[in-house]
Amino acid sequence: MKELVEKIRKIFSDEKLELLIGYTKGTLPLRSTPGLIESADEADKLIFDFTCCNNLAKYLVDEKKRSGNTHRIGIIAKGCDARAVVQLVMEGQFERENVVIIGVPCKGVIDPSKLRKKLNGKEIIKFKVNRDKITLFGKNFELELNKNELFSDSCLSCRYPNAVQYDYFIGEPSEPLGVRDEYASVDEFEQKLPEKRWTYFEKEYSRCIRCYACRNACPMCYCEECFVDRSTPQWIGKGNDLSDTIIFHIVRVLHTAGRCVDCGACAAACPLNIDIRMLGKRIEKEVIERFGFTPGLDFETEPAMATFKENDKEEFIM
Amino acid sequence: MKDEFKPRIIGFLCNWCSYAGADLAGTSRLQYPPSLLPIRVMCSSRVDPLFVISAFLRGADAVLIAGCHPGDCHYQEGNYYARRRFACVRKVFETLGMESDRLRLSWISASEGPRFANVITEYTEKIKKMGPNPAKKNIFL
Repeated sequence: MKELVEKIRKIFSDEKLELLIGYTKGTLPLRSTPGLIESADEADKLIFDFTCCNNLAKYLVDEKKRSGNTHRIGIIAKGCDARAVVQLVMEGQFERENVVIIGVPCKGVIDPSKLRKKLNGKEIIKFKVNRDKITLFGKNFELELNKNELFSDSCLSCRYPNAVQYDYFIGEPSEPLGVRDEYASVDEFEQKLPEKRWTYFEKEYSRCIRCYACRNACPMCYCEECFVDRSTPQWIGKGNDLSDTIIFHIVRVLHTAGRCVDCGACAAACPLNIDIRMLGKRIEKEVIERFGFTPGLDFETEPAMATFKENDKEEFIM
Repeated sequence: MKDEFKPRIIGFLCNWCSYAGADLAGTSRLQYPPSLLPIRVMCSSRVDPLFVISAFLRGADAVLIAGCHPGDCHYQEGNYYARRRFACVRKVFETLGMESDRLRLSWISASEGPRFANVITEYTEKIKKMGPNPAKKNIFL
């Protein structure tokens, strides 16, 4: 942590940053909170560990909306944050020169919704980490867990734990966790009968209360006005009609098709632990297979949906 | 028959090719089933997936998007983008366990009036065989 703070202080003055987006300690155990640092002196507030689950690229877009495109902003980036930044730059959201990507090695982060599920309403007061094990202490209970049990699903199958594109890198690059094959869950799901798949999604989505936390946490959802909020035309109603909910989820996935970096921020933000990633993951696979594009890897390749090839497959056209 | 199923197909037709194709079918007095509800858009890439999904989940039995043949787009490359987008929409339908055959993308040029009539006839027959949109039953009631 000391190394991080010192290096960031130096970067802050070297790069003449006006703002740095990082993580600071949260008020609850096992939680961190995104922090905006405005001067090098404040840098000792910064932390980075396995509790840092937010995707900070989101705050970069918010900051740009607030103050225009002229600020020089630094961002502490895990693999997924850095990929989101690259994708946002490719989409012309801000200039490459105005953002300084500070890569940090990520060894997986906690998914708050998994933690919630494990705790089942109980509160933790403190925790202890011992290699791969983590022990949670609360009032009258003690729970020993494998770290992997709490890590986000997207971390367990993550391919890019370190920033692919960066200006600075602090620490030693880490290896992917590789607990799960990236598309194993998707492939397994596809084997099911269509009716079973529909029942599954119906069950998941019918629980949705449309709080739009998944949209708000997503770095790729930066529209000035989201289609669900529009009143002219009103695309979807405000009630909890299932067809409205399904329209929201499908269109959210299609809007992020070929852009989603699978940071898992949506799943982590969901208060009802809905399986939001499954559909998006399938489309991600489709985009890779069909168009050979993985978002956020470099500053040269055009995003999949913003370009085309004349000989794209069109076996579905009749 | 009184209660025969008449499919409702929402058609997004591109202004420059498919809508003109439909026009030609009309002026040539070609017969095709009255199941299509045409909506004129300026280009097949104007069709937001949202339109398709909304139409489908609000009760359309099928959605047809028709545009210029690749290379013939009035805006040079619009239909290529539409093709990419549509591939994803189809995949979403498949993954959700909905029938992706209820979505169709076809290239119909301005001179293909007979083809337009054929496409509508053939597609209507197909949807008739498939029956009403199950989403109606599953979601609305």
